Formats: sequence, C-alpha cells, structure tokens
Amino acid sequence: MKLIENVSRQVGGNFSRRSFLQGALAGGVFVLGARFIPEPLWAAQGETPAPPFEPSLWMSIASDGTVTIVAHRSEMGCGSRTALPLVVADELDADWSKVNIEQAIGDPKYGDQDTDGSHSVRSNFDLMRQVGATGRAMLITAAAAQWNVSPKDCSTEPHFVVHKSSGRKLGYGQIAAAAAQLPVPTKESVALKQRSEWRYIGKESSSLFDLPEIVTGKAIFGMDATMPGMVYASVEHPPVLGQKIKSYDDTAALKVPGVQKTLTIAPFKPPHLFQPLGGVAVIANNTYAAFKGRKSLKIEWDVNSSPHSVYNSQPFRKTLEATSRQPGKVVRNVGDVDAAFAKGGKIIEAEYYTPHLAHASMEPPVAVAEYRNGKVLAWAPTQNPQAVQETIAGVLGIKKEDVTCHVTLLGGGFGRKSKPDQVAEAAVLSKQLGKPVKVVWSREDDIRFDYFHSVAAMYMKAAIGPDGKPTAWLQRTVYPPIGSTFDVSATYALDEMGLGWNNLPFDIPNHRAENGPADFHVRIGWLRSVANVYHAFAIHSFADELAHNANKDSVQYLLDLIGPPRIVKLDLTGDEAEDDKRYPLDTARLRRVVEIAADKSGWGKRPMGKGHGMGIAAHRSFLTYVATVVEVEVDDRGQVHIPNVWTAVDAGTIVSPDNIRNQFEGAAVFGTSLALFSEITATNGVIDQSNFHNYQITRMNRAPRHIEVHIVESEAPPAGVGEPGLPPIAPAIYNAVFAATGKRVRELPLSKAKLV
Amino acid sequence: MESIGESEGKSLTSLPHFALCDYDMEINFASAHGSEEPMIGLKVNGQEKTFDGDPDMPLLWYLRDVAQLTGTKFGCGMALCGACTVHRNGAAIRSCTTAMKEVSGAEITTIEGIAPMHPVQKAWMEIRVPQCGYCQTGQIMQAIALLKDNKDPSDQDIDTAMSGNLCRCGTYQRIRAAIYQAAKETA
Repeated sequence: MKLIENVSRQVGGNFSRRSFLQGALAGGVFVLGARFIPEPLWAAQGETPAPPFEPSLWMSIASDGTVTIVAHRSEMGCGSRTALPLVVADELDADWSKVNIEQAIGDPKYGDQDTDGSHSVRSNFDLMRQVGATGRAMLITAAAAQWNVSPKDCSTEPHFVVHKSSGRKLGYGQIAAAAAQLPVPTKESVALKQRSEWRYIGKESSSLFDLPEIVTGKAIFGMDATMPGMVYASVEHPPVLGQKIKSYDDTAALKVPGVQKTLTIAPFKPPHLFQPLGGVAVIANNTYAAFKGRKSLKIEWDVNSSPHSVYNSQPFRKTLEATSRQPGKVVRNVGDVDAAFAKGGKIIEAEYYTPHLAHASMEPPVAVAEYRNGKVLAWAPTQNPQAVQETIAGVLGIKKEDVTCHVTLLGGGFGRKSKPDQVAEAAVLSKQLGKPVKVVWSREDDIRFDYFHSVAAMYMKAAIGPDGKPTAWLQRTVYPPIGSTFDVSATYALDEMGLGWNNLPFDIPNHRAENGPADFHVRIGWLRSVANVYHAFAIHSFADELAHNANKDSVQYLLDLIGPPRIVKLDLTGDEAEDDKRYPLDTARLRRVVEIAADKSGWGKRPMGKGHGMGIAAHRSFLTYVATVVEVEVDDRGQVHIPNVWTAVDAGTIVSPDNIRNQFEGAAVFGTSLALFSEITATNGVIDQSNFHNYQITRMNRAPRHIEVHIVESEAPPAGVGEPGLPPIAPAIYNAVFAATGKRVRELPLSKAKLV
Repeated sequence: MESIGESEGKSLTSLPHFALCDYDMEINFASAHGSEEPMIGLKVNGQEKTFDGDPDMPLLWYLRDVAQLTGTKFGCGMALCGACTVHRNGAAIRSCTTAMKEVSGAEITTIEGIAPMHPVQKAWMEIRVPQCGYCQTGQIMQAIALLKDNKDPSDQDIDTAMSGNLCRCGTYQRIRAAIYQAAKETA
C-alpha cells in the first residue's frame, strides 16, 4: 500500500488521481484505456451511468517497466485487491514482482465498486482479462514494428516481447512509450490466453499484495489515515434508533485535558439509509481525550422521540414466531403442498430461531474527512466509496462529484463497511469546524450502533412418504428486512429471498417457500452471506431432522434430497434470472461437493469417541457449491469443541487457491462464532451488548482445530468466495451436536443451550 | 479487571485465556490529571521519549496519535482483543489499558521496533496468515513474546498465549502453524 502511505500524509486537497496520472504520463508511460465495460453490471445497477472512455482507467506501464494496475474493489481481507490485478498481470504476461497496485477512488467510471455480494472476481474477471490481453497485444505490435517483423511471429515471456525465430527481446518498459502511440485494438481482435497458458490464475504462487506491509505494521488501514491539522472526534449516539436530544451539558467534558469543544450532529431524516445517527460529538486533540470527554457528557434524550424504544428481544421473538406460523407471501411454489399435507401420513414440523448479530470487524468504524470550499475529501475503510460520495453529498447538499473518497485497507468489513455513516459524520463535523476531522468509533459504538444482521424465525413442515423422503416441504421465514434501511414501510424481504430461500435444490414434488412480514427497530444490514445464515440453518437442520426421523444416514439422505444430477428450474426474475442463465443450479455439482466432504471426513468410517459426533450441511450461495462436515466433541460440562472441519467447494474458475482456502478456513471460524457464542439483544430499544466480553466471538482455543478445504477443479465461470463458506457451518455444527448428544437445538447460539 | 489486561510485570502469556470471560465492565478512565504532572520518560523502540500529557492516556493512544506509530491497533479498549499488543521490557502487554504513568522508565517495543524479517514475521509471510491483516501486528507481537519464553510451545501453550488475541477473519489455524514454523526456525 505504498502509494496510499505516501499520499495519506500529505492530503489536503492537492492530491488527485489526475495529477498522479499526469505525473506518470510525463514520465513516458503507456496507458491503456479499457473500453470494455462490464455490461451486465451496468444493466443490473440501473442508476449508475455508463462510464466515459478514459484512457488511464485500469493500467499503465512506466519506462522502467513498472506496471501499475488499478484496484477498484476494496480490500477487507477477501483478496479482491490482489486477485483482479493478478488477472490483468497474467493476461498482460507481466512479471508480478514489477506490478504496483493503485487503489481507485470512488468513481462511477469504474462501474460498481461496492465490494460485497462475493462478486468482485465474478463480475470483473472477463474485463480484467481483456484489459491485460489488450495491453499485451499492443506491446507485441509495438515491438514487432521496431523489429520490422510480423506481430504473428512474436510472443511474450514475463515482461518481455520475444521475436520467436531470432530470439530478440524487448522489455515492456522499453516499448511502453511506442505502444502508447498505437490505437487500442478492438475486443474481437485480441486473443485471450488459453487456460493452460495462465501463469498466475489458479496457481499457488500468489499471496496478498499487501502481505509485507501487513506483517511489518506499515499497512495503512482507515484507523491509520491522517490529514494535516486534523482533530479527533468521538460521537455519543442516541441509545435508541431515531431518538433526539432534549438537552445536554458539556461542562465536565470541556474540562478534560485535550478536549476542544462539543458539537451536535443532526438526527437523520427517515429512512435512515447511511446517514449519521445524530448525537453529540466531542472534538479533541487526540482519540483518548475525545473518548474521555465523552464519558463526562450529560445528555438527556427525548424518550418520546423514537418509536423504537418498544423493542425488546424476547417479546419480539414471539411476534416473529407467531407470524411464521401463519401463511405468508409465496416466493416459490412447486406442486401443491396443501394437497399433500391434506393426505395425512407422517407430518413433521420444526421451528428455528436466530438472533441479531453484529459484524465486529477488528477495526471499528473510522474515517477522516475534510470539507473545504464546498467539496469534501475523505479517507475511509469503506467497501463502497461511491456510497460515501452519495451519502455525504446527500447529507451536506453538495454534488456527488464534489466528494472524493480514497479507500484505505479495511480492518475487516463483512458488510458493515458498505454503510459509510461514520464517514458522513466526519464530513458533517469538518464542515462545522473548518478543519479535517477524524471520527473514531469505540468498540462499544461499533457493537451498539451496527447495521445488524437480522433476527429471524423460520417454520418448517414436511410430509414424509413411505420411503422416508418428503413428499411435501413448506418453509416460512420471517425477519425485519434489509429493505427497512431504505424504506421505513418495508416489512417483507426482497433480495434476501435469493439468499437460500427461493432456490431450494431438493428433489421434492411439492414445495412452497414463504416470507412473512416484520417491523424493524434497529438498523438492519448485510452481514457475510446475509440471509443464507438463517436460511441454511433452518433448511439443513430440518433436513438432518428428517434423516434421523427416517433412520437414514445423514449424508445419504442429503444426497437423496438433492436427487439426481439435473439443472433445477427456478422461477426467477431480474438479476437473479440473469445469473441463472450463466450459472444454472446444477445438482451434479452440489452432489459432488457433498461426496467429497463426506469422503475426506471419513464419514461413517471414522471412529467416534465419547461425546463426539459428525454433522453435514451443503448449501449453494453466491453461485458457489459448498458442503461441510464438522466433527464436534461435547465435553462433560456441555462445552462444544470442534476438532475437525472438512469443506468441499466448487467456485468455478478460481484465481488464487490459497486465498480460497484462507477464506473458507475463516468462514469456519466465523460460523463457529455465530453457532456457539454470538447474540445481540435489545431492551427498550437499547442494545444490551457492548464489547467482546458480552458479544463473544471465537477465540483460538475454541476455534476449529483442524480445517481442511478441498477445491473442486472447474472451468465453469468464477463464482463467489468470500461468503459461501459460512452458511453450512452452523447447521453442520448443530447436526454434529445432535449426533454426539441426541439433543436437537433449534436456535443460535449454542451457548444458551444446556447440553448436559 | 483482575483477570484481564496486564498486571504489573506479568506477561499476558502467563494469564489464562479469556474464552469464558463473563464479566461486565466499562472503561473507567479515572481523571487524575492535575496541574503539576511530572514528565514521563520512556524508551520506544530504543529511542528516548518524554511525554507531558495526561498520565492516564493509554499507551496505545500515545503510540498512535502522539508518536505516530500506527502499527499498533485499536480494537476494543478493554484488553479483550489483543490488537494493541506491544512489549514492555520484553513482555507482551495490552497498550489500550496500560496508562502512560505505568510505563514510566519502561522499554516499549512496537511492531515498528521488530527488525524485519523476524522469524515470526517470516513464518507469517510463508504461511500466508493474514486476511484483512488488522489484528496481525498484535498477533505477531504476542507470538514473539510467547516464543521468547517458550522455544517449543505445545498446542496448549499456544492456546493459552494466543487466545487473548481475536481475529475476526478467523486465521487461527494459520497463526498456530506459523508459530510452530517460527519455533522450528529459531530452535
């Protein structure tokens, strides 16, 4: 992250991407303009305008051979910042050690930059290949012209064009200036490498670009960004969503050494979107003084100013569960479940419940911003710099183009950092103060004022045929939807239905999926794999219950549920229908990951000691097929330990196998957190948890001890990696606990259950 | 506060892990700032430093906001996550709950004071431990302290030493592997 490190210390309005590029151009560089826009993405985004042609968008080569590739997706640990430039470098046939990565600012010209939904590689793989291949073609053409030979007789080896018959070579830096004079060839005239020619894609060689800086402490995260003359701010937010200040007394706060003043931030106008929550900010010379000053604030909140102080988790749960027992909105219907249930026979019902979760990225929300002359410059650990632009523009009433957002490394994100409310706080405060402001959230702020993963209740019902397989399967899900963040009247889910609910891959003649309404009382947002977490928990717990009920082996029963290899016909619309064309739901691929996970785990053959048991779950999300087997050990105190996890993953074409293993290992740990420990609750609208003592996440001693990730080789188009490892973990753990103890627990987290 | 955070002169590596910690507490930044604070002298990464600010300021914020050593991270402010781990006289401490007045005369080492590539950093690179990387400097400082006291740690030793350091990305398996590799290299 050298570039950011260099410029982050000197920002003050004089740095811009343009000046960087102009500086580079003066050095005689070859700048490739990719005119290949990710079309499906534009179509899907709708409101995002098509980008203008800009010659310096993605890549440049300096005369010393340094290749600079723009990373337009954020790096929060999933590897996108490395993976996409690596694809460019491969097709360019560049020497990776001579590649520098420049992090893009937020700008619609890059297309969608919201690094969520596990689609950085999926949506940009073809484009990045094209960018690299076009550069390579132009370098070959330039070298051939210099040698006065046909480009057809030339090839490349890393960072050199080679004339095949004579063995002559020219370095990329030597011909960059000449190549820059050439017209950019058409997409059709540029040949991509054959898969067998890839040097980096799918190979073990690549590690994270920022690895050396990370292990030496030089990497610049949002927490580390500074601006000259900046002050520090800590904000006391309304304890209940939407509450307003009645009065406040800052006398004691102002006496704290280092505290400069206090300022109020106006409450948001509903819907809350990504606007600041409002509250009182303490402005200080350093972070500690700001935190300390805040402790001395006396604020009286207007308790009647918010409708959300009625929020209590226990009664709310009962409401959700009652709704889940009633017919809801039908989101998928196959056959006739009612007719099948009416025939009688064996009927099995079960209800599942999952609580709110907080993201708890290790880096709490933080940002530094300066408002000057009607424009804002911000540095932030954001998954979505264009949302920073939109949010600040909306809150301050300025143009989106007048907000410049630089993206630092993110100390975790998991969906939280797609919402830039803290960046908007910094901009609002800077406008009031006339100087740059760094807003630092404490861990308590982070936990209490998250955009929470939704609490959910699921109701499942099946009619069982004589062979033990379901003849009918009804599933209902109820939770405050993410849509409530954008529309206060939203009570039904929208996009969440595609996250493991309207696409059950089971071979059941009668199936209906429903969704019931729920009101929101806290901000609801995306958390890693989103609704797949609770949907997979219900579906795969229920599948395992049916297997045991039928006295069948859980793996064999799961394969029977999935049924024969086929393409599952889904009734989808919009983006989901588009995805379904390129990524049809293929049960052969789902079966394969189940078989691999079972095989690698020694399922059915592995000797199980006292208190040990194994469980399986298989879930396709973000177009990636995943099966996980978990072995648990339940000790005499009822504490659950996880000696082994085996995951099989088919994510189509992959860029970095080791990064995939890392992501899926991490997903097993993240899944252990929500399965065993984590829960957010509210009392009278106030979040009960505040830090890692009462919002627990997995520590090393309770993490799965041994995690194996098996990647299925595939030439299918690339699918998601960051999120799909998560959904199977909790149900696999719970199914294993059942195998070990005979206790079927139907709610998260397990720490609340009495296993002995 | 007893079981959490560093107690005087005691390395965190000797403290029990925190997986089952079940207590509730708030940060209590006692306001002890008077008008006649003595100058605090300390060594940071071998350099003599003086500090005349609020003696209650946690070392973490001195390092980050005053000394501009940002490799040490803020994660929780309550010694619950270990992102802020540095060495005081060679032992791992949580800088977020260690006040400046407690480090008067001490030798503090931060990640910036570790000469790259330390065998632990090298192992972290080779095993490709980090995902987002935010907690990793704290993990590395904790691991270096562990290996200083224990050249041949067992799984249990590693659990005990490292379970105070949270990683939300979930890189624990690789952290363990990297510690074993570094131990082998330094043996």
